[in-house]
Amino acid sequence: MRGRMERHVNAPLTKETAAELKAGDYVYLTGIIYTARDAAHKRMYEALERGERLPLEMENNVIYYMGPSPARPGRPIGSAGPTTSSRMDKYAPALLDLGLKGMIGKGKRNGAVRDAIVRNGAVYFAAVGGAGALLSRSIVSSEVIAYEDLGTEAIRRLEIKEFPVIVVMDAEGNNLYGD
Amino acid sequence: MRTIDVGEIISSIREMCIEANHFLSEDMKCAMKCAEEGEDSTLGRQILAQLGENLEIAGREMIPICQDTGMAVVFLEIGQEIHFTGGLLEDAVNEGVRQGYTQGYLRKSIVKDPLIRENTKDNTPAVIHYEIVQGDKLRITVVPKGFGSENMSRVYMLKPADGVDGVKEAVLTAVKEAGPNACPPMVVGVGIGGTFEKCALLAKKALTRPVDERSQIPYVKELEEELLEEINSSGIGPGGLGGKTTALAVNINTYPTHIAGLPVAVNICCHVNRHVVREI
Repeated sequence: MRGRMERHVNAPLTKETAAELKAGDYVYLTGIIYTARDAAHKRMYEALERGERLPLEMENNVIYYMGPSPARPGRPIGSAGPTTSSRMDKYAPALLDLGLKGMIGKGKRNGAVRDAIVRNGAVYFAAVGGAGALLSRSIVSSEVIAYEDLGTEAIRRLEIKEFPVIVVMDAEGNNLYGD
Repeated sequence: MRTIDVGEIISSIREMCIEANHFLSEDMKCAMKCAEEGEDSTLGRQILAQLGENLEIAGREMIPICQDTGMAVVFLEIGQEIHFTGGLLEDAVNEGVRQGYTQGYLRKSIVKDPLIRENTKDNTPAVIHYEIVQGDKLRITVVPKGFGSENMSRVYMLKPADGVDGVKEAVLTAVKEAGPNACPPMVVGVGIGGTFEKCALLAKKALTRPVDERSQIPYVKELEEELLEEINSSGIGPGGLGGKTTALAVNINTYPTHIAGLPVAVNICCHVNRHVVREI
């Protein structure tokens, strides 16, 4: 395995870019990502079970497990750090199979998520937990695009610039947290 | 007898919720700084530096330290000479939380029912612990508790024969299972003794003790120091990405217990170990 690298990457991700990222790489993400956490995942999962369309396309996109604090006037967002990813493990494989290329959160994932990451050539990133004020400064704009009634748990489209993350699981199944 | 109008409690709790979510206590800030200087892992040091920078930004720009601004846990130590007027004490605490979380741009994270899960939209109700003490003062401690670490907390009903080794194993197991999920470096609150619920409360309260203050009971102090050393040799490290800074402190509180039991609670808090104390 090659050494850890610092990289600047655009989101949405391409399959080729995802394949180049290795566990341990320090990545600055720029582009468009979407937020979704517990309640939004449950709702998307139930929509899929009913055969309905999702409010966003999964293909090549990155989902950030995050529910922000409210923005003060004149600011794009409030505090905006990652939440614990394992609560989304039940739902993530179905989204990965639909083309989801990246997830940003914190903490361990289960075997089913890891298998789905490898199967679909995706990546799991960690952002620094509890650094919500710092991370908010890499978010340029935020817009609720679905499930507005869920408040902080609504799905948001975020424009990010040089958003710092670390590759925890890569498309080959390497896991920075260990097994 | 002393009279306190609950209006004073509302405004205090409003201010305390906002303060706690933007500023950490000095002991926590020092502990984080020391940890950064002593960390050997490059990535670990980088993460600790980011956490330090995060604290500066939070205070300067009034952005909550963490987006999980917590469930408001409120300890009230009420001098028994006090008579409250102007309304119900519980309502006043909740009104303070409501005002603090809405006016302070804090996240509303509370659902009305654990299974129906509809957000109350004002972060109420708080979890309130009342204690009647001597005197005519009211001591309020506001603890906004985040759930990344709360979810990794555990209660173990050990047997007396498990002894101190059983306690150590319980704490280390909880910390290792928590790993990266609990946003290390953590503060570990431990309650030993009492009953099922009492040990959990002891552990929660232990988190409000300054991280640089050890137990006054000699064997408990030793246990705190020993556990901290063992936790920090686990290698979990800042962000769970390796290093020797896994915990900043282990704070243990004890209480008498039953001849048949040895309850142990481990309440884990992330590095955003928030609490504000005020005396009225």
